[in-house]
Amino acid sequence: MAQEGKGRVLLSKLYSFACFRCTAGEEHARIGQKGYSRVVYCNDPDNPEAIRLKYRGNYVSTTKYTLANFIPKSLFEQFRRVANIYFLVVAFVSFSPLAPYSAPSVLLPLIIVIGATMAKEGVEDWRRRKQDIEANNREVQVYDRNHSFRESKWKNLRVGDLVKVQKNEYFPADMLLLSSSYEDGVCYVDTMNLDGETNLKLKHALEVTAPLKDEESFKKFRAEIKCEDPNEHLYSFVGTLYLDGNQYSLCLQRILLRDSKLKNTDYIYGVVIFTGHDTKVMQNATDPPSKRTKIERRMDKIIYVLFSTLITISFTGSLFFGIQTKRDISGQKYRRWYLRPDDATVFFDPRRAALAAFFHFLTGLMLYGYLIPISLYVSIEIVKVLQSIFINQDQEMYYEETDKPAHARTSNLNEELGQVAAILSDKTGTLTCNSMEFVKCSIAGTAYGLGMTEVEIALAKRRGKLPLVIDGSSCDVPTPSDDAIGAGKTIKGFNFRDERIMNGRWVHEPHSDVIQKFFRVLALCHTVIPNKDSKSKEVSYESESPDEAAFVTAAKELGFDFVRRTQTSIEIHEFDCTTHKRVARVYELLHVLEFNSSRKRMSVIVRNPENQLLLLSKGADSVMFERLSEHGREFEAHTKEQISCYSEAGLRTLVIAYRELGEDEYEKWEKEFLEAKNFVGADRDAMMQAAAENIERNLVLLGATAVEDKLQKGVPECINKLAGARIKIWILTGDKMETAINIGYACSLLREKMKKIIITLDLPEIVALEKQGDKQAIAKASLESVREQIKEGKHHIRKEIAVEFGLIIDGKSLTFALDKSVKKSFLKLAMNCASVICCRSSPKQKALVTRLVKVEADKTTLAIGDGANDVGMLQEADIGVGISGVEGMQAVMASDFAIAQFRFLERLLLVHGHWCYRRIAMMICYFFYKNITFGFTLFWFEAYASFSGQPAYNDWYMSCYNVFFTSLPVIALGIFDQDVSARLCLECPLLYQEGVHNVLFKWVRILGWMFNGVLSSIIIFFFTTRSLASQAFRKDGKVADYSVLGVTMYSCVVWAVNCQMALSINYFTWIQHLFIWGSIIFWYIFLVVYGFLPSTISTTAHKVLVEACAPSILYWLVTLVVVISATLPYFSCRAFQTRFLPMIHDYIQRLHLDGSEHEVNRELLKLVGSKLDRLLTRSRQRKS
Amino acid sequence: MNAIGAASSGGATAASDSSTTTKKNSKKPKYSRFTQQELPACKPILTPGLVITTFIVIGIIFIPVGLVSLFASEKVVEIVDRYDDGCVPRNYSNNKLAYIRSKLTDKSCTRTLNIVKPMKSPIYIYYQLDNFYQNHRRYVKSRSDKQLRSKKGESETKLCDPEGVSANGPIVPCGLIAWSLFNDTYKFKVKNKVLEVNKKNIAWKSDKSKKFGSDVYPKNFQSGGLIGGGQLNSSIPLSEQENLIVWMRTAALPTFRKLYGKIEEDLQANQQITVVIQNNYNTYSFGGKKKLVLSTTTWIGGKNDFLGIAYVTVGGLCLFFAISFILLYVVKPRPLGDPSYLSWNRNPAGHLN
Repeated sequence: MAQEGKGRVLLSKLYSFACFRCTAGEEHARIGQKGYSRVVYCNDPDNPEAIRLKYRGNYVSTTKYTLANFIPKSLFEQFRRVANIYFLVVAFVSFSPLAPYSAPSVLLPLIIVIGATMAKEGVEDWRRRKQDIEANNREVQVYDRNHSFRESKWKNLRVGDLVKVQKNEYFPADMLLLSSSYEDGVCYVDTMNLDGETNLKLKHALEVTAPLKDEESFKKFRAEIKCEDPNEHLYSFVGTLYLDGNQYSLCLQRILLRDSKLKNTDYIYGVVIFTGHDTKVMQNATDPPSKRTKIERRMDKIIYVLFSTLITISFTGSLFFGIQTKRDISGQKYRRWYLRPDDATVFFDPRRAALAAFFHFLTGLMLYGYLIPISLYVSIEIVKVLQSIFINQDQEMYYEETDKPAHARTSNLNEELGQVAAILSDKTGTLTCNSMEFVKCSIAGTAYGLGMTEVEIALAKRRGKLPLVIDGSSCDVPTPSDDAIGAGKTIKGFNFRDERIMNGRWVHEPHSDVIQKFFRVLALCHTVIPNKDSKSKEVSYESESPDEAAFVTAAKELGFDFVRRTQTSIEIHEFDCTTHKRVARVYELLHVLEFNSSRKRMSVIVRNPENQLLLLSKGADSVMFERLSEHGREFEAHTKEQISCYSEAGLRTLVIAYRELGEDEYEKWEKEFLEAKNFVGADRDAMMQAAAENIERNLVLLGATAVEDKLQKGVPECINKLAGARIKIWILTGDKMETAINIGYACSLLREKMKKIIITLDLPEIVALEKQGDKQAIAKASLESVREQIKEGKHHIRKEIAVEFGLIIDGKSLTFALDKSVKKSFLKLAMNCASVICCRSSPKQKALVTRLVKVEADKTTLAIGDGANDVGMLQEADIGVGISGVEGMQAVMASDFAIAQFRFLERLLLVHGHWCYRRIAMMICYFFYKNITFGFTLFWFEAYASFSGQPAYNDWYMSCYNVFFTSLPVIALGIFDQDVSARLCLECPLLYQEGVHNVLFKWVRILGWMFNGVLSSIIIFFFTTRSLASQAFRKDGKVADYSVLGVTMYSCVVWAVNCQMALSINYFTWIQHLFIWGSIIFWYIFLVVYGFLPSTISTTAHKVLVEACAPSILYWLVTLVVVISATLPYFSCRAFQTRFLPMIHDYIQRLHLDGSEHEVNRELLKLVGSKLDRLLTRSRQRKS
Repeated sequence: MNAIGAASSGGATAASDSSTTTKKNSKKPKYSRFTQQELPACKPILTPGLVITTFIVIGIIFIPVGLVSLFASEKVVEIVDRYDDGCVPRNYSNNKLAYIRSKLTDKSCTRTLNIVKPMKSPIYIYYQLDNFYQNHRRYVKSRSDKQLRSKKGESETKLCDPEGVSANGPIVPCGLIAWSLFNDTYKFKVKNKVLEVNKKNIAWKSDKSKKFGSDVYPKNFQSGGLIGGGQLNSSIPLSEQENLIVWMRTAALPTFRKLYGKIEEDLQANQQITVVIQNNYNTYSFGGKKKLVLSTTTWIGGKNDFLGIAYVTVGGLCLFFAISFILLYVVKPRPLGDPSYLSWNRNPAGHLN
């Protein structure tokens, strides 16, 4: 393919600078020392040394457990939780006579609960294992002892093996590149799985190994590599190759990393250096920091509260028990003789009452253990997993174009999604598409391109004009005609509409020669490789940066079709003005002076078919204008004006220029340049740059290009909505301040009525200081200046209360603003602004800002980003959201949630976040309620049983309580409940504030639920005992004994707890009905079935329902009155609260209900919104 | 802006729906009302109407039920006679314990009961004990269901200590419960005519047939050093010793009644009943009262006003709530759209200033 498509291209020729050279740095000197001790014997499997070294094989296992250690290890994981340890201890002690109930009845629920969690772990691990198996069994060609390449499995690969990898295959291990299908041993690598970057990276073999091309040549190939030990640094490699007595230093450019992919190259040969877990990618696969949600942390505290309650009531119980027991013997008199106090075991011995009381304390701990819900953790886990399935399944978060649904990568942060107070967002690729589109250009001082960028639309709106009608006064843009917009198909990277120069009409323009030159530069000056699809004959372009592809595409669309690149030439098809035909023109490519960040420009030197020598150049305006020649400045003023217009419109600009070279001049320069190129030594790069500098001058300006990085669809609306939910949005971008501000307006993060506070160090006095170069003085002055500006900003905010503020800060100031002494006041300022933009910020600053907001402001933060540079931020934030877009997987791998588009964030937070928060909060409250209700009935009973530790219920009723009779409804609540529908959640973003303010999980509310539980238990216990008291409870004169009272009380608990659930649920589907009423029915079924077992098994439950309770009318009447009374307090409170102290969701529910009748709700909601605004401002006012 | 959001999301659904059919193998989530969380549901909201209706309905149902229960309870005739003090001879009144423990003292005691209202048969005879912890853990556990069940389990006395084994082998029935069997007896006379007391069918049928074996006979019972309560006739199988069966069905609370027998004769008002009590059972050491109870029953059981009062109270409370809610709404009608009562608004604690 390469041969037919583009001939044999020596790509090394394209890259003249340092790309491929590995300089022997300091680190190479350390080879052989600690940390650099690895020795690889290439292609020498029988070498005794190699055998002695015993490096790990290429077998990879990413599973948490193995078959052998699954049971012990996962058990250990389980019992790291305090509550589970408690239950385990209880289970062990239950075998002793201390236990108030039988051991199996304790063990069974524990086993079920632990088993369920372990099963979940097991399934997750099994999935990982399947992936491992797939990876380990992939095939690769390995050079064997018979001197030929044979298929082998990845897992069988050894260090030192020679491997052949074909196009589009993954590298099985970290390898040294020996040679490739290209003569000079380069290859293209796609590292998407490693760092998420989609552009292709070039790797280059050593010149000595590049000729090794076939099986024969490897026969005698023996070499030794000494290099660093396995480490996780993806961007460095230190090593030396010893071949035929020579040393060659190796660097990352020679290394192919596992899990990256061979692209655009037919095959490569390599030698394995690191295998399996030693590879860089595996070394990098550390577990992401485990994050816990606020709710969970508070839940732990509640558990501690419950533990202390447990200890308190056990202690009280044992105190009374001790006293009662001690009184049983006084002298020779036995008080409660029927207990045989004279002949008691140690647990009841009145003579050792203190000891008995102590043992009783332990018994109490077990008995009242029902206060602590054993199934809480597992239920929450189940619920969260199912919640994340709902997130994954949401059709409205599915992105058609990339075929990507939303993906909750961790399930334990769901409810945190409902509490986000600040969003920290990356810009490129997150807010924008990160696909460059050629939209405008300025040629010979004339602006072309009629498309409106989104920023322009926003600007126009800001100026109060209709988006499509702009007068040309500000920027010289004529109004586009409709047909110009509507016509033409969409081409990736090209969004340029201008009838004047499209379809070959440029020949009629005044400066048609300049236009021709301009597009020739675009078609020639790049390092793009065309890739002809053998079937469709379509040419696609492989480029290192999306900008370049956009240029080449633009040139092609305008009739300068770049079709082929060879070693020494570039062929373009272009329209001939004279013959009106498309002709092929071949330019001889002499040199490429490529782009790097310090040069900020790139040039090519070509010889055109007319045998002219041309230097074609493109670069940033800052470096290009100063290199123009006297006569080349004809259009400078206009171009500059247009460039500033473009950058205001949020576009990236490049200046295009060219120059004709004289033969003599060129020859002279080439000599100098080649000399520099062949120089060996540290100064080589500097020399080459100087040489390039020499020729890149006296340029003639042609024009400028403007490329747009489009905003993603729906971003402004989404940001609006999120702002409506009063979530603070911070943009952390690497852009210039002007661009950032304009983008801010475009995505409606900054709004017209907002006041801007700008903190910058681009001030005259600082600049003056910088010129002097006294670093300390600069730092001091900068800090002072930043402090001053922050103070000023705060003053502004205090003064103008009704206005929203936007804060813009640049990277340099940010460094100082994050200083210890200033950061708190900076944060205060920032938190009072509706939106914050940090420009020119580095990845590290992004993470630091995130931490600042998270730790200092104690707010829940959400970071969203798409690139490798956002990973720090994503991991630092409470929630990391990765955009699974163009930039690949790195951010997604580090994220907790992955979505395809920024706009899905709206639904993720406002709908799923809100629901999940609400569900989990309700669920936990309810969990404590139901267990307190149950636990306290036990305690009240104890008070009537002289605290002897006799449970009020049969053992099995108790153990089934958490697992069977009350668990499913609460799980259903956790999965399905919705206070308001998704549509209303989105329409009324203010609702989200419930989560931010943590309204549903405040201590008042939690304690309220607990109190409700105690109240219910009191009602249940006293109503049942008083009603059944001592008289006959049915017509045949039978009295209610221990077993009947137990059943009645327990029935009341099951009913009350489930009806309470029915009352607190907002959303009744058939599932809720099934679970709630099913649980109650199941209790009766259980009772009947259990009662029919032989009396030795069923003991007190023997036929108790069928024979004793069911025929008694009293039993049913008691159940009814108790259930109603127990739920009445909650019902009345709710009724009062919904009406007189409504929460937002109550309010919305009510409005919705009324609105659907009167069709007014939308209007009303707006009214509410604005009123709330005013109220919020007022409250802010009061506070400050 | 709300309108835009809604429209765009609606549009997205429509667009994606149509493409489902064209695209196979896409990762697009399948549509179902379940996965999209759109299941048909009823969403109860506590509107004033609903709240008031609920309260009124509860009130309307509960008050009559309560009244009917009270009426039923009122119809029950119950005679309670506490005899633990009265049955101790005066010379022992300072040392009741010595009286009850002595084998020589005369335990019989005659009490006279007045029938205030006519009592229809069957009249149930109960003994009521007070401050007697039959629900004490040590006591409750001290029995062997296996042993009671069948002869095979005779030696299963593990749980019964210290009343498990005697010098002659396992005690049947073992354990503290059986050992402390209540042994006061009552004999009734009306106008010198003996009233027959039927002691059959006072225990649960399942207890007789399933828990207490017909082939299990008392053995070594009350033969140890300490005698607890009553004796058992060792020629009658346990399944027919109903007083034991009743006793062994432990009570839930320290004050409890147990069925002693039935009088299957109507008693007229103003009749006087003479009861001859054998006051054998020791409640004096723990200060428990003993009462003899004669009671009729109705559909609701024995006499107990609590349930009726509870129903009436709860019903009344609900009506009260209903009225006060109505008044609140009338006095303070809330205009729709007034958000000033949003509770979280009053406490903008989360605001950083």
